[in-house]
Amino acid sequence: MYDGQWREWKPYVSPWDPCPPIRVKSYVVAPNLFIPFQPPNLPQFSLDEALSRGTLWPALYSPYPSRREWKGG
Amino acid sequence: MWIYEKKLQYPVRVSKCDPRMARFLLEQYGGADGELSAALRYLNQRYTIPDKVVGLLNDIGTEEFAHLEMIATMVYKLTKDATPEQLEAAGLGPHFVNHDKALFYENAGGSPWTATYIQAKGDPIADLFEDIAAEEKARATYQWLIDYTDDVDIQDSLKFLREREIVHSMRFKEAVEILKAEQGKKKVF
Repeated sequence: MYDGQWREWKPYVSPWDPCPPIRVKSYVVAPNLFIPFQPPNLPQFSLDEALSRGTLWPALYSPYPSRREWKGG
Repeated sequence: MWIYEKKLQYPVRVSKCDPRMARFLLEQYGGADGELSAALRYLNQRYTIPDKVVGLLNDIGTEEFAHLEMIATMVYKLTKDATPEQLEAAGLGPHFVNHDKALFYENAGGSPWTATYIQAKGDPIADLFEDIAAEEKARATYQWLIDYTDDVDIQDSLKFLREREIVHSMRFKEAVEILKAEQGKKKVF
Protein backbone atom coordinates (compact mmCIF):
# COMPACT_ATOMS: atom_id res chain seq x y z
CA MET A 1 0.00 0.00 0.00
CA TYR A 2 1.20 3.52 -0.82
CA ASP A 3 4.39 2.76 -2.74
CA GLY A 4 5.55 0.08 -0.33
CA GLN A 5 6.19 2.64 2.42
CA TRP A 6 3.92 0.94 4.92
CA ARG A 7 4.50 -2.12 7.06
CA GLU A 8 1.73 -4.08 8.69
CA TRP A 9 1.58 -6.21 11.79
CA LYS A 10 -1.09 -8.13 13.60
CA PRO A 11 -1.33 -7.34 17.31
CA TYR A 12 -2.72 -9.90 19.73
CA VAL A 13 -6.50 -9.81 19.80
CA SER A 14 -8.15 -11.12 22.95
CA PRO A 15 -11.57 -12.76 22.92
CA TRP A 16 -12.28 -10.42 25.85
CA ASP A 17 -11.38 -7.11 24.20
CA PRO A 18 -13.95 -4.45 25.16
CA CYS A 19 -13.94 -2.66 21.78
CA PRO A 20 -14.24 -4.09 18.23
CA PRO A 21 -10.64 -5.05 17.43
CA ILE A 22 -8.37 -3.46 14.84
CA ARG A 23 -6.73 -6.63 13.55
CA VAL A 24 -4.00 -5.12 11.40
CA LYS A 25 -1.88 -2.16 12.49
CA SER A 26 0.60 -0.32 10.30
CA TYR A 27 3.51 2.05 10.45
CA VAL A 28 5.48 4.10 7.91
CA VAL A 29 8.98 3.37 6.71
CA ALA A 30 9.78 6.58 4.83
CA PRO A 31 12.17 6.43 1.85
CA ASN A 32 15.02 8.31 3.59
CA LEU A 33 15.38 5.19 5.74
CA PHE A 34 16.62 3.27 2.70
CA ILE A 35 19.04 5.87 1.27
CA PRO A 36 22.20 5.89 3.43
CA PHE A 37 23.73 8.73 1.41
CA GLN A 38 21.81 10.48 -1.36
CA PRO A 39 23.50 9.80 -4.73
CA PRO A 40 23.87 12.70 -7.16
CA ASN A 41 21.68 13.19 -10.23
CA LEU A 42 18.50 11.54 -8.99
CA PRO A 43 15.41 12.15 -11.16
CA GLN A 44 13.56 15.35 -10.23
CA PHE A 45 9.98 16.57 -10.12
CA SER A 46 9.08 19.63 -12.18
CA LEU A 47 9.69 22.78 -10.13
CA ASP A 48 5.96 23.41 -9.62
CA GLU A 49 5.39 19.87 -8.46
CA ALA A 50 8.45 19.95 -6.23
CA LEU A 51 7.17 23.10 -4.51
CA SER A 52 3.82 21.55 -3.74
CA ARG A 53 5.19 18.15 -2.67
CA GLY A 54 7.95 19.48 -0.46
CA THR A 55 10.79 17.67 -2.20
CA LEU A 56 12.64 17.93 -5.47
CA TRP A 57 13.13 14.16 -5.71
CA PRO A 58 10.51 11.47 -6.19
CA ALA A 59 12.92 9.12 -4.39
CA LEU A 60 12.33 11.07 -1.15
CA TYR A 61 8.60 11.62 -1.56
CA SER A 62 6.46 10.07 1.17
CA PRO A 63 2.68 10.42 0.93
CA TYR A 64 0.73 10.30 4.18
CA PRO A 65 -3.00 9.66 3.91
CA SER A 66 -4.97 10.78 6.98
CA ARG A 67 -6.08 7.96 9.22
CA ARG A 68 -9.41 9.71 9.43
CA GLU A 69 -10.01 8.55 5.88
CA TRP A 70 -8.81 4.96 6.00
CA LYS A 71 -9.72 3.51 9.37
CA GLY A 72 -6.95 1.59 10.95
CA GLY A 73 -4.30 1.43 13.60
CA MET B 1 17.62 -8.42 40.90
CA TRP B 2 14.09 -9.41 40.12
CA ILE B 3 12.42 -12.56 38.85
CA TYR B 4 9.58 -11.86 36.44
CA GLU B 5 6.43 -13.92 36.22
CA LYS B 6 4.71 -13.44 32.90
CA LYS B 7 1.25 -12.91 34.33
CA LEU B 8 -0.69 -10.22 36.14
CA GLN B 9 -0.96 -10.15 39.93
CA TYR B 10 -4.75 -10.15 39.61
CA PRO B 11 -6.83 -10.67 36.45
CA VAL B 12 -7.82 -7.59 34.47
CA ARG B 13 -11.07 -7.87 32.55
CA VAL B 14 -12.49 -4.88 30.71
CA SER B 15 -16.02 -5.39 29.37
CA LYS B 16 -17.20 -1.95 28.35
CA CYS B 17 -15.78 -0.09 25.33
CA ASP B 18 -15.13 3.17 27.17
CA PRO B 19 -11.95 5.03 26.10
CA ARG B 20 -12.96 7.86 28.44
CA MET B 21 -12.15 5.61 31.38
CA ALA B 22 -8.61 5.16 29.99
CA ARG B 23 -7.94 8.83 30.56
CA PHE B 24 -9.15 8.66 34.16
CA LEU B 25 -7.08 5.54 34.82
CA LEU B 26 -3.92 7.41 33.77
CA GLU B 27 -4.09 9.13 37.17
CA GLN B 28 -2.98 5.84 38.73
CA TYR B 29 -0.42 5.25 35.97
CA GLY B 30 1.58 8.47 35.88
CA GLY B 31 -0.11 10.61 38.54
CA ALA B 32 1.34 11.94 41.79
CA ASP B 33 -0.24 9.17 43.87
CA GLY B 34 -0.05 6.56 41.12
CA GLU B 35 1.69 3.21 41.00
CA LEU B 36 4.84 4.48 39.26
CA SER B 37 5.36 7.08 41.99
CA ALA B 38 4.75 4.45 44.64
CA ALA B 39 7.17 1.89 43.22
CA LEU B 40 9.98 4.39 42.67
CA ARG B 41 9.43 6.07 46.04
CA TYR B 42 9.66 2.88 48.10
CA LEU B 43 12.44 1.20 46.16
CA ASN B 44 14.54 4.36 46.41
CA GLN B 45 13.93 4.91 50.12
CA ARG B 46 15.13 1.35 50.87
CA TYR B 47 18.80 2.26 50.91
CA THR B 48 18.76 4.71 53.76
CA ILE B 49 16.14 3.20 56.06
CA PRO B 50 16.96 0.98 59.08
CA ASP B 51 17.57 -2.70 58.24
CA LYS B 52 14.45 -3.86 60.05
CA VAL B 53 12.14 -2.29 57.45
CA VAL B 54 14.21 -2.50 54.25
CA GLY B 55 12.51 -5.77 53.29
CA LEU B 56 9.08 -4.19 53.65
CA LEU B 57 9.93 -1.35 51.27
CA ASN B 58 11.46 -3.86 48.88
CA ASP B 59 8.39 -6.10 48.82
CA ILE B 60 5.80 -3.34 48.61
CA GLY B 61 7.80 -1.41 45.99
CA THR B 62 7.97 -4.55 43.89
CA GLU B 63 4.24 -5.15 44.25
CA GLU B 64 3.56 -1.60 43.05
CA PHE B 65 5.17 -2.52 39.73
CA ALA B 66 2.74 -5.42 39.49
CA HIS B 67 -0.09 -2.92 40.03
CA LEU B 68 1.42 -0.62 37.38
CA GLU B 69 1.17 -3.49 34.88
CA MET B 70 -2.49 -4.01 35.73
CA ILE B 71 -3.30 -0.33 35.14
CA ALA B 72 -1.32 -0.40 31.89
CA THR B 73 -3.33 -3.41 30.75
CA MET B 74 -6.61 -1.59 31.43
CA VAL B 75 -5.50 1.56 29.59
CA TYR B 76 -4.18 -0.43 26.63
CA LYS B 77 -7.35 -2.50 26.30
CA LEU B 78 -9.47 0.66 26.35
CA THR B 79 -7.44 2.57 23.74
CA LYS B 80 -5.91 0.04 21.35
CA ASP B 81 -8.94 -0.18 19.07
CA ALA B 82 -10.07 3.44 19.20
CA THR B 83 -9.99 5.72 16.15
CA PRO B 84 -8.46 9.21 16.44
CA GLU B 85 -12.03 10.57 16.57
CA GLN B 86 -12.94 8.30 19.47
CA LEU B 87 -9.80 9.24 21.38
CA GLU B 88 -10.57 12.88 20.85
CA ALA B 89 -14.12 12.37 22.11
CA ALA B 90 -12.63 10.69 25.18
CA GLY B 91 -10.58 13.79 25.94
CA LEU B 92 -7.39 12.09 24.76
CA GLY B 93 -6.82 14.40 21.76
CA PRO B 94 -3.75 16.06 23.35
CA HIS B 95 -2.42 12.60 24.23
CA PHE B 96 -2.98 11.38 20.67
CA VAL B 97 -1.03 14.16 18.97
CA ASN B 98 1.98 13.51 21.19
CA HIS B 99 1.88 9.74 21.69
CA ASP B 100 -0.64 8.21 19.26
CA LYS B 101 -1.92 5.19 21.20
CA ALA B 102 1.28 4.65 23.13
CA LEU B 103 0.95 4.63 26.89
CA PHE B 104 2.77 7.43 28.64
CA TYR B 105 3.48 8.33 32.25
CA GLU B 106 1.14 11.25 32.71
CA ASN B 107 -1.83 11.97 34.94
CA ALA B 108 -5.49 12.25 33.96
CA GLY B 109 -4.99 15.95 33.25
CA GLY B 110 -2.13 15.21 30.85
CA SER B 111 0.78 16.43 33.01
CA PRO B 112 3.83 14.20 32.58
CA TRP B 113 5.15 12.26 35.56
CA THR B 114 7.83 14.08 37.54
CA ALA B 115 10.21 13.05 40.31
CA THR B 116 8.89 15.99 42.32
CA TYR B 117 5.92 13.71 43.08
CA ILE B 118 8.12 11.65 45.41
CA GLN B 119 10.48 12.36 48.25
CA ALA B 120 13.32 10.64 50.06
CA LYS B 121 14.02 12.68 53.16
CA GLY B 122 16.60 10.39 54.70
CA ASP B 123 14.64 10.50 57.94
CA PRO B 124 12.98 7.12 58.48
CA ILE B 125 9.92 8.47 60.27
CA ALA B 126 9.36 11.23 57.69
CA ASP B 127 9.77 8.74 54.83
CA LEU B 128 7.39 6.18 56.32
CA PHE B 129 4.75 8.81 57.04
CA GLU B 130 4.98 9.93 53.41
CA ASP B 131 4.50 6.31 52.39
CA ILE B 132 1.44 5.94 54.61
CA ALA B 133 -0.04 9.14 53.17
CA ALA B 134 0.68 7.94 49.63
CA GLU B 135 -1.18 4.68 50.24
CA GLU B 136 -4.19 6.52 51.64
CA LYS B 137 -4.23 8.94 48.70
CA ALA B 138 -3.99 6.07 46.23
CA ARG B 139 -6.86 4.33 48.06
CA ALA B 140 -8.96 7.47 47.62
CA THR B 141 -8.08 7.71 43.91
CA TYR B 142 -9.18 4.08 43.42
CA GLN B 143 -12.47 4.92 45.12
CA TRP B 144 -13.15 7.78 42.74
CA LEU B 145 -12.19 5.59 39.77
CA ILE B 146 -14.61 2.89 40.95
CA ASP B 147 -17.27 5.62 41.20
CA TYR B 148 -16.57 6.80 37.63
CA THR B 149 -17.17 3.50 35.81
CA ASP B 150 -20.16 1.18 35.63
CA ASP B 151 -18.09 -1.67 34.15
CA VAL B 152 -18.32 -4.26 36.93
CA ASP B 153 -15.29 -6.17 35.65
CA ILE B 154 -12.97 -3.16 35.75
CA GLN B 155 -14.48 -2.29 39.14
CA ASP B 156 -13.47 -5.75 40.35
CA SER B 157 -9.80 -5.21 39.47
CA LEU B 158 -9.88 -1.69 40.94
CA LYS B 159 -11.39 -2.98 44.17
CA PHE B 160 -8.52 -5.45 44.48
CA LEU B 161 -5.99 -2.65 43.97
CA ARG B 162 -7.81 -0.44 46.50
CA GLU B 163 -7.67 -3.21 49.09
CA ARG B 164 -3.92 -3.59 48.58
CA GLU B 165 -3.48 0.10 49.41
CA ILE B 166 -5.18 -0.51 52.74
CA VAL B 167 -2.91 -3.46 53.50
CA HIS B 168 0.22 -1.54 52.50
CA SER B 169 -0.77 1.40 54.69
CA MET B 170 -1.17 -0.99 57.63
CA ARG B 171 2.28 -2.52 57.02
CA PHE B 172 3.91 0.93 56.82
CA LYS B 173 2.23 1.91 60.10
CA GLU B 174 3.66 -1.24 61.67
CA ALA B 175 7.08 -0.25 60.34
CA VAL B 176 6.77 3.05 62.22
CA GLU B 177 5.92 1.09 65.38
CA ILE B 178 8.98 -1.12 64.87
CA LEU B 179 11.20 1.95 64.55
CA LYS B 180 9.71 3.50 67.69
CA ALA B 181 11.17 0.34 69.22
CA GLU B 182 10.82 1.07 72.88
CA GLN B 183 7.08 0.48 72.94
CA GLY B 184 5.98 -2.58 74.90
CA LYS B 185 9.43 -3.25 76.28
CA LYS B 186 8.50 -2.03 79.75
CA LYS B 187 11.67 0.01 79.92
CA VAL B 188 11.89 2.27 82.92
CA PHE B 189 13.55 5.59 82.25
